[in-house]
Formats: sequence, C-alpha cells, structure tokens
Amino acid sequence: MSLLEIRDLHVWFDLPGGRELHAVQGVDLTLEPGQRLGLVGESGSGKTTTALTIMGLLPSSASAAGRVAVRGEDLMPGGENGFRPHRWTDVAMVFQGAMNAFNPVRTVGWQIAEPMQAHGTASGAAARARVGELLELVGIPAAAAARFPHEFSGGMRQRAAIAMALACDPKVLLADEPTTALDVMVQAQILELLGHLCDELGLALLLVTHDLAVVAQTCEDVAVMYAGEIVERGPIDELYHSPAHPYTRALFAATPDLYGDEAVGSIPGAPPDLSSPVIGCAYRPRCPVAFEPCVEQRPDLLALSGTRVAACHLVHGSRAQA
Amino acid sequence: MTELLSVEDLRTTYPTRRTFTDRLARRPREVVRAVDGVSLSVAKGEMLAIVGESGCGKTTTLQSILGMVPTAGGSVLINGTDVTRLSSRQMRPLRRHVQMIYQDPYESLDVRFKVRQTVEEPLLVHKIGASKAERAQLVRAAMVRAELTPPEAYLERFPHQLSGGQRQRVAIAASLVLEPELLLADEPVSMLDVSVRAGVLSLLDRLRRGGSMGIVMITHDLSTAAHFADRIAVMYLGRIVEQGPARDVIHRPQHPYTKALLSIVPRPDPRERSTGTILKGETPNPRNIPAGCRFHPRCPVAEDRCRSTDPTLAPPAHPVEGTDPEHLSACLLA
Repeated sequence: MSLLEIRDLHVWFDLPGGRELHAVQGVDLTLEPGQRLGLVGESGSGKTTTALTIMGLLPSSASAAGRVAVRGEDLMPGGENGFRPHRWTDVAMVFQGAMNAFNPVRTVGWQIAEPMQAHGTASGAAARARVGELLELVGIPAAAAARFPHEFSGGMRQRAAIAMALACDPKVLLADEPTTALDVMVQAQILELLGHLCDELGLALLLVTHDLAVVAQTCEDVAVMYAGEIVERGPIDELYHSPAHPYTRALFAATPDLYGDEAVGSIPGAPPDLSSPVIGCAYRPRCPVAFEPCVEQRPDLLALSGTRVAACHLVHGSRAQA
Repeated sequence: MTELLSVEDLRTTYPTRRTFTDRLARRPREVVRAVDGVSLSVAKGEMLAIVGESGCGKTTTLQSILGMVPTAGGSVLINGTDVTRLSSRQMRPLRRHVQMIYQDPYESLDVRFKVRQTVEEPLLVHKIGASKAERAQLVRAAMVRAELTPPEAYLERFPHQLSGGQRQRVAIAASLVLEPELLLADEPVSMLDVSVRAGVLSLLDRLRRGGSMGIVMITHDLSTAAHFADRIAVMYLGRIVEQGPARDVIHRPQHPYTKALLSIVPRPDPRERSTGTILKGETPNPRNIPAGCRFHPRCPVAEDRCRSTDPTLAPPAHPVEGTDPEHLSACLLA
C-alpha cells in the first residue's frame, strides 16, 4: 500500500459556452515515504492541476474523477469531507508564489500557528513552541517568529512558507515551482532544504517544476507531463541517459547544461488545445519521429522495465519487433 | 577602432527616503550605490552576458546605458559619443540605435495594440518612413528578421492571441524595426517556457552574428550565458567582480563569487549533482556596502587583508595555465 496513490485521474474545467477543458487526462502516480518525485512539463500541461486535485482544492468550475488514495483510503468519493481530515495533516502543499502570499499585518509566527489552531493540533504556548521548532527546522532562528513578512528576505519568506506547510506534520509535501522566482543562490539553499527535510522527516516530496535540471538536482524519480498526460516516468538518471519518449528527449535538449557543448534546441510548435478531444498521440504534431499509428491511436503508458513507463508507439513498436 | 559601446567607471546612485526622525535630526540623505564603478565594452557582432543575483545592479546598469536613469559619474560612450552628457533633446536621435527588450512580454506589450501597431509605433515616434506603405514594408521586414513568418499570419493579432515566445518575438521585432546597433536584453527568456527559450536565444544569437548589432544580455542563468555569450561579466553589489571570454570564465573562474555561482548551477545530468558552495544569506543591501572587498562577509576564503583593501578588476596575479589575457577579476587572492 502506497503512502499516496493516484489512479486514472481526470480533471475538467468548465469553459464559457458549455465547453470543457480536459486538463488532466488519466494520470497515475504513487509516492512512498521519503521518495522524491519531480513532475515536469510545459505551462498548461496539468502539473499544478494534478497537485491541486491531490489537495482537494480545485475551484468549483472544475470536476475530477479517478482515485486519490492516502494509505489506501480513497478520498475522492467523500468530496470535501473526504479530503479535509487529510489536508495539511497528511498531504500539504507549498503553492506557487506562497512566499508572496503572507498577510502583511500579522507576524510570521502567528501565520504559521494558524493552521495548527484550525486543526486543533496545538494552541497557546504549545503552538508557539512548535512555531519555533518549525522555523529552526527550515533554518530560521526561532526568535524571527515575532517579525513581519516584509522584514524577511525572499528566501526567508519561502522557508517560512515551507514551515507553514509542515505545521501539522504532513507525510507528503507538494511543492509547486518552489524556486522559480528566487535567485540562483537562494534556489540552491531551498533545494538543499527540501532534500534535507525528506531525509530528516521521511517526507515524500512531489516537486512540480518546468526545470529538469532542478529535478535532476533534487529528485530520484521524474514524471514528464504533456497535454494532461504522463508520457514518461522513471528514475531521473535513466531518463537523462536514455530517454524513451521523444518529448523527454526534446525537453532535455532544450535545457542548457553549463559545461555541455551540444546546441540547445527549442521544441517547435505548441501543445494542443485541450478544450477539444485529442486524437492519436498528443505530441504527434511536434514529434520529429512520428509515424502512421501516432495519427489515430493514442499510445498507452506501458512498462519498459520494472521502474519505467512510457507512452510512445515507437518505443513499444520497436520493442515488439525485437 | 571605436567600440560600439564603451562604459567607463559608471556610477548610478538612488537617494533613499528619509524618515521623519531622520529629518528632525537633520541626518543627511543616504544614497544607494546601485552601480558603483562599472566598466564594460561591446563591439558589433558581439554578445556580452551580465550575470549576478537580484539587486546586484544589472538592470540599473542597462537603464543607465539607455539614459533612463541619471548617472552619478563615469561615461557611457555609444559609437564614441558620451551619452551621459547629452540633453534629452540631443539624445533623441541616438536613442533609435539603442533598444531594450524586457523580461516579461506579457507586460511589455500594449494589450490593445495589434502586432502591426506595436511594431509600427517606434517608426511613428522616430518619424521614419515617409508613407504608410513604406512603414508597412519596414514592419514586415522587421517581423521576418524576428522570425514571425509569414508576417501576415501575425499582423492583425492581439497579444493575447500569441504564445509567450511569439510575444517576445513581437517585442524583438518592435526593436529591430529601428535597426538598432545595440540591443539591451533584460532576462529575455526567464518568463518563457523551457521549450521556446532556446528559439528566442538562437534568434538573438543570429541577429548579432549578422555583424551589424551588439547585444548586452542580463541573465541569472549561467548555463544560458555559457551557451550564447562571447563574454561574461559577473556583477556583485554594483561592481563587476569578474569579466572575460565566456569559456574562460566558466572553465577557469577566478573570483570566489563566480566559483560559488558556478558550483550551484543545477545540471540536467543527475550524476553531476552538485555538492557546491552554497553561500549563506542573500546579496547584502547596497545601502551598506562592506568596507574592503565587498564580497568578504560571504566569501569562503577571505583573509584579513580582504577586510581593508578594495580589489580592482585586473588580470590575475596567479593565472591558471591557459587563462585568456582578457580575463579579469577583482580578488586579492586571484
């Protein structure tokens, strides 16, 4: 039984005119204690929507189907009542831009204590002591709890946002682009902190990012999303050294390497519009190696080995021949 | 040969706001030394990348070159003319030769303007092109250079009908229409998706390789600088602390700050996971520049003399074998 298990997750957003945007199209993921999984893809590929669904925080204009199970218990059938007991206490999230979402007129400590009080995990002096502990855990002196957000630097505010997510002692942390707006040096500090938290607390991490190099730096496993689907998943080392899906290959080729001499390539074209049904492989119009089956048949996500899966006709076709 | 752009000892300061008690106590107004003695040069056909953390003065340097903020000292020579001494009227004819591209094409384009209007507007401002037909011709040519082809497919579109990469190309076309000699690009791809970044960077690369244009690009991403720039200047607290040919700076860094920056760049190969020098804290406040070497409070190898002597940008005293003679750093220990 996995700590977190996502099966065949679908999310639709209502659009004006009765149309729907099929943002997540059958995502499967599992997370075990201490595991660090990167979720990468272009904007609009469904990364953030997947994370928000796991939190049970989709807006009312969205509907979801599939299985989101924490330790074997499916939260989806219960709706909000199913998610609420697990939100923050089992699964917590650092939202994109969370560092800029602090209330400017409350102290940082007050804001970190708030979720504990709401969940009844601690109050009064116990909550204050826990705030101090949490701040120390993320590398901020406990005394800084009495300070206001504007007195913190960007890096410190991001640390405080992480501390807040950890307030109720979750087992899974979802981090949505936690380093995107930060300087390189601060990015390195935050990535080091996230890795350290996973090691210390046995926290499972889902790192949502557009940057493969950040995943390579932080995670053991990676899932590549394209047009609402996972197109390849496996150990980051294997995906880097032998990518199976042409999109994975293109993403790595678009990521400049400091000491690399290879030309950096862009991916021509744009992802498909998900408000109309995708026929065949969603990546086909941009794929340099597409062939006939890709036009009509949607490739299934099939196992390449014990730990790797990919959704590409070419991979499975050549394997069938071999 | 006169360089296209030659900046000497540029200084730009901003006054800070005094509080009521500061005024009562008649404390003098403090200044923030945002750019504190920067010298750099760019030739036609060349790309210089300026890298550094936020608040190091990268953007202020570009704004000073462009004349958007008053300078406090030093000179900015564009084709041999010192533009810091010109009035805004004298500056106007020169301004078409220097164009700027901003970080966020979602904000830098007017949402009510069609692409045609956005690219045509600089021509109207500078009174270039005698007739509508002539201007339309120039607009098309600029769009082709920015690789928005065929132009007809984009001319009548509004920004919201374009992708991020296309928007940035429109912004580039609106600069190219004036045929600038110097293009200043402030983080031109950091807001764009990874999949289109390389396309926009390669476009800038081809434009300057055409030979009629030089580019200064600000980036926080050393990997990008390594791939696309000829030379790299590393800025820290208002100064260039290391400068040289891109390859040399990346492979033979001299300044401890550059070494630290390079050591923490995430690499796409997980086997190259860095165990780098993560500097504590963030760039200090430019209101309070440390005495001696401005990097010494964060420097992992600082010695006593670093606390008192402010190093100048110079060739290293102990160069690594094969170091380029144009590779300079501001470190007493280099």
